[in-house]
Amino acid sequence: MTKYIIRRFLYSIPVLFAITLFTFVVVQALPGGPFSTVGEKSMPEHMRVIMERRYGLDKPIYEQFWLYLKRLAQGDLGPMFKLRSQTVNDVVAQTWPVSIQLGVLSIILGFAIGLPAGIIAALKRNSIFDYLATFGAVLGASIPNMVLAPILILVFGVWLKWLPIAFWGADPPFILGFLPKPDLNFWSHAVMPTVALGTAISAGIARLTRASLLEVLSEDYIRTARAKGLRERVVIIRHALKNAMIPVATIVGPLLAGLLTGTFIVEQIFALNGMGRRFISSVSEREYFLLTSLTLIYAVMLVFGNLLVDITYAWLDPRIRYD
Amino acid sequence: MTTETTSLDQLSDEFQAFTGKPRSPMSDAIREFRRNKVAVGSMIFVGIVFIVAIFAPVFAPYHFALQNTSFARAKILEPYIITTDRYEECHWKGTPLDFGCTVFIAGSDALGRDLWSRVVYGTRVSLAVALVASSVSLLIGLAYGTLSGYFGGRVDEIMMRIVDFLYAVPVLVLIILMQVYFKALTRQGAEGFAGLLIRWNQAMGGMLFLFIAMGALNWIGMARLARGQVLSQKKKEYIEAAKSIGSSDTRIIFKHLIPNIIGPLVVIETLAIPGYIFTEAALSFIGLGVDPPTPSWGAMISESTQGIRSNPHLVLIPGAALTLLTLAFNFMGDGLRDAIDPRSHNR
Repeated sequence: MTKYIIRRFLYSIPVLFAITLFTFVVVQALPGGPFSTVGEKSMPEHMRVIMERRYGLDKPIYEQFWLYLKRLAQGDLGPMFKLRSQTVNDVVAQTWPVSIQLGVLSIILGFAIGLPAGIIAALKRNSIFDYLATFGAVLGASIPNMVLAPILILVFGVWLKWLPIAFWGADPPFILGFLPKPDLNFWSHAVMPTVALGTAISAGIARLTRASLLEVLSEDYIRTARAKGLRERVVIIRHALKNAMIPVATIVGPLLAGLLTGTFIVEQIFALNGMGRRFISSVSEREYFLLTSLTLIYAVMLVFGNLLVDITYAWLDPRIRYD
Repeated sequence: MTTETTSLDQLSDEFQAFTGKPRSPMSDAIREFRRNKVAVGSMIFVGIVFIVAIFAPVFAPYHFALQNTSFARAKILEPYIITTDRYEECHWKGTPLDFGCTVFIAGSDALGRDLWSRVVYGTRVSLAVALVASSVSLLIGLAYGTLSGYFGGRVDEIMMRIVDFLYAVPVLVLIILMQVYFKALTRQGAEGFAGLLIRWNQAMGGMLFLFIAMGALNWIGMARLARGQVLSQKKKEYIEAAKSIGSSDTRIIFKHLIPNIIGPLVVIETLAIPGYIFTEAALSFIGLGVDPPTPSWGAMISESTQGIRSNPHLVLIPGAALTLLTLAFNFMGDGLRDAIDPRSHNR
């Protein structure tokens, strides 16, 4: 197992390298640079040349990339072009915690609703609970967060006036660099974005949990467990649930990727100062280093998220051997 | 389905058993699917949406880019239920806005364009993406997976390493980067082949580049599945039999292998369609989808979320369209999967 983890870890390095290289090249190949704005705010030609030289943008691309990697190795993600008082590190330090808090809360919500709903639906099969949960799950998977979020804003923010309609309730500096101060302000701001993002997750988990638990319940070893007189609760929790969780663990990987799309939209709608929104804005602003660094961070999260899933998988199912 | 038709179904079952006509797995699956009322209803709904998309000019009273110029400045109109006299007065269909007819069944957007017409034309983008993205994914994935699985050995190892590699790439981020590049390229203009692509893309309202960006990486999961299917079929007797009578590899792949594995793969691809529709909507939402004024539901929602307090219908109507279409595709996909795989019947 340890050997497998180390191998996967080493294997991810060329992947991350290639993604960084690709992003770096594509971003620089975009027509129009950070200082070549046209129109009213255009910069005189000689100033543009000076600015580009200052950030090393006049050098050949391989040299720039090498420079970027060298700085990256020292933990420096590069400068910002527009907000010159900040570096990419500053921006990431501000926005990363917001996205992570939102993402983690949504995953927690997804499991907190999806797991019980799926389990109840499977145990009380063909009951009213089952139909409600199944239909709710399909509906939850079908309503895009860009539709759900405005509806939530409209109902709970505008009509009922229960919740604030925008912004995140925690600002930097965060506790330990990423934890919010869990006060009422934070929770009230967190509810709607979390629900907007977590609904689809809980729907996916509920469907998968139900299907997988139903399949496990029809296995012979469940009959054996019942036949030897185990209490139903023990049968369900010890024998059925643990095995039913194996397929559920596998969707956590795709879930992380889906979460990415979600944060782009939800952060935009609720005006959260997160990575997704910065990623989108950095595209049109041609913030080369911010864009490359954020892409790299997303890739790192995805790669290690998948690795974590594999480890969980092996822990849940001892038959799986990675070697 | 009424009890009458069910009994008819049973009758025909017995009849088939009696006459000894063989029942193929396909006919079994079709009967299983027909029993699922929700799935059948969803399929009909998707069919209707397809018809609406093809004949959009018939269902949309105005062109999607036509602006209502009868006011001094464009203003948002509330949804309006037409009364009979008003309907006649305006001749609704075919009456150009310039003639002062301002009947908007679903209201109009901030630029004075008829919302209903835009929602109707919006079906084209969503369905085109659903169709093209899934076909491209299926085609490339099937070809890649089949080659990899069938030839095995070294080829398989290298091809699967590439897939493993691509699997770690954040697909959406890459799609965004590609779209940004295409958009910048369009603005700058280009010569030769790129110029030709740009012109085609403009003729398609920006959909061509969207297809390329979405098709580029979405086949990876399908390639893995196809390879798995091929590996499980490769050892079967009928392949061996075909080999023993000297069939060529091409013949075995196209005549025997692919017909046997394509069914489940098509069904799995159907289940992925809502994801493609979401991706297109998300891209249009952040301004990297189709080019305006081509209507896309995602872009329409994005334009109006800021003003949701005063004009909720501008978000809710395209939002409802988007939700209903994905809901229908989800139900249809589930039904197809249940029909083809009896084991997954408990969903």
